[in-house]
Amino acid sequence: MSTFRSIVFSSVIAGFIVGLIVTAVQQFGTVPLILKAEVYEKAAEHKHEAGAQPQVVLVHDHADHDHGAGAWEPRDGLERNLYTAGANILTAIGFALLLCGFFSIRSGATGEPISWHEGLMWGLAGFAVFTIAPGLGLPPELPGVPAAPLLSRQIWWTTAVLATSAGLGLIVFRRSMPAAIAGVVLIMLPHLIGAPELEHVATNVPSSLSHQFVVAVTLTSLVFWSLLGGLTSAAFAYFDRPASA
Amino acid sequence: MSQSQSAQAQVAQAEVTHLPVAARQVGRLAQSLMAMTLGLFIVGVVGFSHIDVIHNAAHDVRHSNAFPCH
Repeated sequence: MSTFRSIVFSSVIAGFIVGLIVTAVQQFGTVPLILKAEVYEKAAEHKHEAGAQPQVVLVHDHADHDHGAGAWEPRDGLERNLYTAGANILTAIGFALLLCGFFSIRSGATGEPISWHEGLMWGLAGFAVFTIAPGLGLPPELPGVPAAPLLSRQIWWTTAVLATSAGLGLIVFRRSMPAAIAGVVLIMLPHLIGAPELEHVATNVPSSLSHQFVVAVTLTSLVFWSLLGGLTSAAFAYFDRPASA
Repeated sequence: MSQSQSAQAQVAQAEVTHLPVAARQVGRLAQSLMAMTLGLFIVGVVGFSHIDVIHNAAHDVRHSNAFPCH
């Protein structure tokens, strides 16, 4: 089987399983908190409609783009959860393709098949790169909590991901003192520059809810990346056997 | 004489076996990079697209993954 096909097969299978499991985990972890926050968000909107001046740009600025006039959105309940499951599966397949690419390059270089344990380590690296590092500057946010303009946050998020992955790569694969120091500096750099934030944040979403959400997102993501690393590496080791190469 | 012949044969054999291996490794790298690009593209569309319909469909996933969201 060609390498590309092995990667795609393993990623689709592992991504499908992990996407479904994480959807179930989110139903207990993050989704109830999102739904609670939306109650506060809608209450704030009604207040605005009743005449109060909005003081800040809402994260969920309904009048502008999402949920609002014109744009389609899934109905609450089953439909919304089905789309969430679909998006989770796609996200898991996307990240699995990324992990599998690394597995393939690694096992091509070492001549050894990737073990589930090494896969788990790669998954944890993904957790550090895609959740912990960007989350330090831009903590997971609930609907209804105001935030800096979307594009600036997306640019900072991407910068943090690139710097952290490059930094970890230098530390793990270069094994020299200067490279390790450069790696640590690189990981710190986006945080020293600072993530975009608003000067004044006014929201009626309770801070205890926001804190619970940060914990829920981080734990859900840990489950996601551990499972994805382990399952994807096991699937890839199976499909990439020398006999079928 | 016979030694140099066998040495030549070894070199020839080495070329025969090493060339395809090298080519296969380049192919493996290219295919891996292609798959990784595809993966990043999928994550980009699901998590970062500014198109309303995609945002609304993936709304809870974006928040749950701490992707920057509206």
